[in-house]
Amino acid sequence: MSRLSKTLLAAALGLAACLPAKAETLIAALSTHRIAITSNYTGDQLTVFGLVEREGRTAARADPYDIVVTVRGPPRMLIVREKERVGPLWVNRQQRRFPERPIFLSVSSNRPIEEILTEDAARRERIGLANAQRIQSTREFEFGIGPYRDALIRIMEAKGLYAEHERGVTFLSPTLFSAPIRVPATAPTGSYEIEIVLYAGGAALARQTTNFEVIKTGMEQSLASAAHDRPLLYGLATAALALFFGWLATTIFRRD
Amino acid sequence: MGSVARLTGFSRVQIYLPIAELPISILLVLGLSGAVGFISGLFGVGGGFLLTPLLIFLDIPPAVAVATVAAQVAGSSMTGVLTYWRRNALDLKLGSVLVGGGILGTILGVLFFNSMRRLGQLDLVITIAYVTLFTCIGGLMLFDAIRAALRDRQGKPPRLRRRAGMHPAWMGLPWRMRFYRSQLYASVLPIAALAIVIGFIGAVLGVGGGFILVPALLYFFRVPPAVVVGTSLFQILVTMTGATVLHAVTNQSVDIVLAILLLVGGVVGAQFGGRAARNLNVGSFRLLLALLILSVGLRFAIELFLPPAEPFSVVMPESAR
Repeated sequence: MSRLSKTLLAAALGLAACLPAKAETLIAALSTHRIAITSNYTGDQLTVFGLVEREGRTAARADPYDIVVTVRGPPRMLIVREKERVGPLWVNRQQRRFPERPIFLSVSSNRPIEEILTEDAARRERIGLANAQRIQSTREFEFGIGPYRDALIRIMEAKGLYAEHERGVTFLSPTLFSAPIRVPATAPTGSYEIEIVLYAGGAALARQTTNFEVIKTGMEQSLASAAHDRPLLYGLATAALALFFGWLATTIFRRD
Repeated sequence: MGSVARLTGFSRVQIYLPIAELPISILLVLGLSGAVGFISGLFGVGGGFLLTPLLIFLDIPPAVAVATVAAQVAGSSMTGVLTYWRRNALDLKLGSVLVGGGILGTILGVLFFNSMRRLGQLDLVITIAYVTLFTCIGGLMLFDAIRAALRDRQGKPPRLRRRAGMHPAWMGLPWRMRFYRSQLYASVLPIAALAIVIGFIGAVLGVGGGFILVPALLYFFRVPPAVVVGTSLFQILVTMTGATVLHAVTNQSVDIVLAILLLVGGVVGAQFGGRAARNLNVGSFRLLLALLILSVGLRFAIELFLPPAEPFSVVMPESAR
């Protein structure tokens, strides 16, 4: 743990060094780096703690600090389909593919994002749900993709996998903050990346990344790996179990 | 009824499904599978055509729902088969012919399924197939059941089902076989053809096919209702046991935890369903089965004909899982 925080600190310092004439550095820690899925798993919560370190000589800023925490789950290909009317029927006609999109996305900030930075800056720095789900390098110029992207975000929000919390970051002191991250039970297993950005007066002062993972443990892990590594045995065992249950029920309920 | 009170204590208890990768309420799954199991035992249908859409509605991935329901259907039909076997209401010979044809039909169906998936629009074909199949079969059965009930009320004697030496033309084709228990002396050809068609439809729609087999045996071959149900369950037992293993090997989407929950509810429900079937007369049996099949067809028709509240949908390609 101490080694990890040291490397994190080193990374933070390195990042800070890249930002010229900025006197702030960001130090962050997670309440846990591993969410274990057990048989009674119904989702979990972890907390991001952070500290803004100011160099002693610099004068206090006129603008207060703002923090935006973005959590991205493992990327997958997502396909959005649209139903259209064909004669009397409603049929899936058009579809758009969204490769490498995070299945889980959470954006937390201490106040609404539009109050923290301009729309242009948000797009450039991938802040906010619509900007954060884009792939880093590409901008979507594909014709007519807008409604599909809006639908993607709307549907993922309805499923609880995408969320924006505009009061999700709390300042405990002018420089110390915390942000709870809720991981729903339907969020996929894999590695999650957390990006924390410090703003003041609409300008990014420092950023910091860390990560955590969601993994299956115990029986859940052994069953899932059995299904994949020994599919025939797993299938036969399930079938045998099914027939056994069927037989058991007749013996238990037999009256005549 | 003490068991119900005890179960409500579990209503909030959720269990994580390792393959479906989400938690689910234990009581909810037991209740659903119990209700579907009851219907399964009552009518001799597998119940897959009800349970699979219900599980998909609960956010379980379609592939996992189809594969796991196969295991549940195998278990609950095992219960049914044993119950009917003890009551001597199972025609093993007829069942074997049906299984043989069913296997051939399943293979053809899987080939057709895969080639259609390559062409796209598989969802549409499946929905249209559900609508036409269910509304046609359900509608015909409902019409027939109502006509029979009216005839009964007017005091007319029910139509004689079968007189000696009188039978539909397709029973007289070559290779006639005697099925003693079913009181049937008919050509194997139409029976095997029926089994192939059912295996084909079953593989394409991901259902056991009992809901087609039962009315077909009742109407086309005039097999006594009691024997129809036992024999249909036998055919379902064999094909669904095979389907469980095939699904596990080919796409690893059988969720054993979900399967156990569905089995516990399903086999208990099927027990009570099998009992209730004994006290049910033929008329109401047909009417209820007709209404059930028709309502599932209408449920799919609504999806097809009414403007959707959310025209968009997000899917993850299965291969990415």
